[in-house]
Amino acid sequence: MKFIELKNVNKTYSTGVTALADLSVTIDKGEFVFVIGHTASGKSTFIKMLYREEKPTKGSVIVGGVNVAKLRNGRVYKLRRKIGVVFQDFKLLPKLTVYENVAFALECLGVSASEIKPKVLKAIEIVGLKEKTRSFPHQLSGGEQQRVCIARAIVNEPKLLICDEPTGNLDPDTSKEIMKVIENINKELKTTVIMATHDKEIVNRMKKRVLLIEHGVLTGDYLKGSYKSHEAV
Amino acid sequence: MKPFRIIGRSIRDAFKSVFRNFSLSMASILCATITLLVVAISLLIAGNVENATNNLKDELTIVVYLDKSASTDDADFIENSIKGIKDVDKVTYKSKEEWKTEMSEYNASFGTVFENYEQNPLMDSFTVTVKDVNSLERIATEIEEMDKVASANYGEDTVNTIISVFDVVEKVTIVVVISLIFVTAFLITNTIKLTIYSRRSEIEIMRLVGSSNIAIKLPFVFEGFIIGVLGSLIPVIVTIYGYIIAYERLGGHIISDLIKLIPPYNFVFLVSLVIVGLGALIGMVGSLMAVRKYLKV
Ligand SMILES: Nc1ncnc2c1ncn2[C@@H]1O[C@H](COP(=O)(O)OP(=O)(O)OP(=O)(O)O)[C@@H](O)[C@H]1O
Ligand SMILES: [Mg+2]
Repeated sequence: MKFIELKNVNKTYSTGVTALADLSVTIDKGEFVFVIGHTASGKSTFIKMLYREEKPTKGSVIVGGVNVAKLRNGRVYKLRRKIGVVFQDFKLLPKLTVYENVAFALECLGVSASEIKPKVLKAIEIVGLKEKTRSFPHQLSGGEQQRVCIARAIVNEPKLLICDEPTGNLDPDTSKEIMKVIENINKELKTTVIMATHDKEIVNRMKKRVLLIEHGVLTGDYLKGSYKSHEAV
Repeated sequence: MKPFRIIGRSIRDAFKSVFRNFSLSMASILCATITLLVVAISLLIAGNVENATNNLKDELTIVVYLDKSASTDDADFIENSIKGIKDVDKVTYKSKEEWKTEMSEYNASFGTVFENYEQNPLMDSFTVTVKDVNSLERIATEIEEMDKVASANYGEDTVNTIISVFDVVEKVTIVVVISLIFVTAFLITNTIKLTIYSRRSEIEIMRLVGSSNIAIKLPFVFEGFIIGVLGSLIPVIVTIYGYIIAYERLGGHIISDLIKLIPPYNFVFLVSLVIVGLGALIGMVGSLMAVRKYLKV
């Protein structure tokens, strides 16, 4: 079932840089997709199209039946509520505990405290941080901080989880654990996952669908792909 | 329920942030206090000036003396002519005999003085009241130009001075108040800008998880509101107690019985209401400017 559809998407930044050129792709519900490519190839730009951080210059970006490219600024928040986003830098609030950081995502949507609690505890359990609920971010390792971010991204039960180099700051072992968490979310919660990464080892090991972007052009779309399937990268 | 929770959260965040950046908030609050104090005092004075001019209006009269040669017919004719002038309210005739008796009654020594004269040295007169203080001069000139009129006087100098002084005071006050309002709004804008800056990661996350624009902006608008209202506290206290005390000390009037002060009750509350409202308004306008400029949503 089609969930995401990009049609002839072009993105030229105001600086004149063309980050995406005539990119078309469809992604089904429940898929797990890697987006790979050299630095500055347009991976982050692709990701930003999906949660409407950037608008395409041309083309359409349909997410869950809505053309995000035509979404008015005042309505973007409705899209964001259906999407969880995880970054390389963790973007945690330093003065809040793990619990509070995750709860924050629901609090600012006006969810009641009684509804917040079970959802937050469940999300924290999914990422395996039950023992650290009351810790502050500076008391956590990098991997643990990233788990908090993932918990925050999934606490509102989004249909889509977008990750832009979530393991970029982590050592290989920690990266592996984080990938287990994300894979588990994809399997158990049926959340569609789209993840931009540089990490060859992860991509090669996990045998998921791989989109290869080169200079803003989609040059490869491999099911059960790996870096090996394209020598240039 | 959701909107209420979001509003509740915004108010809580706004209070937190006022106290978190206390020294900065304090500068804005102080500036609002000074501005509103000036506005409060201006309003108290302006209200009383307005009231006094209105009262003065009833007291202000033009006294018209007729030539000695004027006959009763002349007097009748002049009276009708005066009544025909625009903005004239009432015309009262007083003959020189009436003046004489009145003055003798007022002070016995006048009576002795008058006895030294064979003829009544006084003149027949009209007392003219007008509908509009500002037309005094025009009406007086018009009457003076009439035949058989010796003079038409009103307290020209005093009234002119009072009116022009009031005028200047009013204009200066308006300029000062408007400048102060701008300075205050600017300072509040700056305070909110810093709050926005110190909370930028929070705002980023709020946007990411799907907070509506209103939910993101609301805390800052409340923060401006709180600063404005806190800034109006001292001015309100000064307005209420200051005016009541001043009113009692002065016995309800200044300089002479002629200039009565407005009784404190209701008046001070009205002024206080305006002050609080203005404080809240300046605060919100200041924060909205900051939000528009520094919070790209
Ligand atoms: N906001 C922006 N304004 C102007 N140019 C931009 C902007 N964001 C990205 N670019 C440019 O667009 C191109 C693609 O950038 P993008 O961030 O999508 O690359 P990337 O594949 O994510 O790179 P990396 O692997 O280093 O994260 C680059 O040339 C970059 O300089
Ligand atoms: Mg990138």
